[in-house]
Amino acid sequence: MQVTVNEKLILLDLMGKDRETLLGKMADNLCENGFVKNTYKDAILAREKIFPTGLPTQPYGVAIPHTDIEHVNTPAISIARFKEPVEFTIMGEKDVTVPVKLAFMLAMKEKHTQLDMLQKLMAVLQNEDALNFLAAEQNSVSIKTFIQEKLDLKG
Amino acid sequence: MAEKLVLVACGTGIATSTVVCKRVEELLKENHVSAKVIQCKISEVGSYEDQATLLVTTTIPPREYKMPLVKALNYLTNMNTEKTDKEILDVLK
Repeated sequence: MQVTVNEKLILLDLMGKDRETLLGKMADNLCENGFVKNTYKDAILAREKIFPTGLPTQPYGVAIPHTDIEHVNTPAISIARFKEPVEFTIMGEKDVTVPVKLAFMLAMKEKHTQLDMLQKLMAVLQNEDALNFLAAEQNSVSIKTFIQEKLDLKG
Repeated sequence: MAEKLVLVACGTGIATSTVVCKRVEELLKENHVSAKVIQCKISEVGSYEDQATLLVTTTIPPREYKMPLVKALNYLTNMNTEKTDKEILDVLK
């Protein structure tokens, strides 16, 4: 199934007092746009506590919050740039954190699929030029186009 | 001897384990190591405990398992991947 990235799912300079608030805003937005069920937000917040998703990438830390497929209607990726970096626990760690500037919230609908798209997404996260672009670009349509090209998604 | 079994697990079994699973399959192929690779949720690892040779994971296991564990975060950040490759191959060779 096609994964959607559109400008409504790109939240630039998102503000919130903590990690939960920011993730909650991203999840609410996915829900308002019909991509996920109203159970998704709580599931995302609960998952992040048990299975943290911060990645110590350069030059900015990123996070890839996601949760079980039953909370999703249609596959999509929401991208948020935080106004101020916020601490996320690093994936696979208990109490080591990384300041996160960019979050890629994944709403996946099928297990064991989307390999190609996920590999391309990981390549973006490992690419300093790409993260620098995403950290600075002011136009959400340009960001949408950039991500669609990098992940080989149709518009 | 039974075929070696490698489990690749993450929290949800949908995102990071998909990427790591592919990486592990390629690593084994390149090094001519014969083993079956299964992708699963970390919560499902217990049911494979008696058969599995190795657990590769991006998350924190809820308890200790019988099989050795290799952390695979490096495959997601693409830093120090040779170290993770070696850890996996050392268990399987």
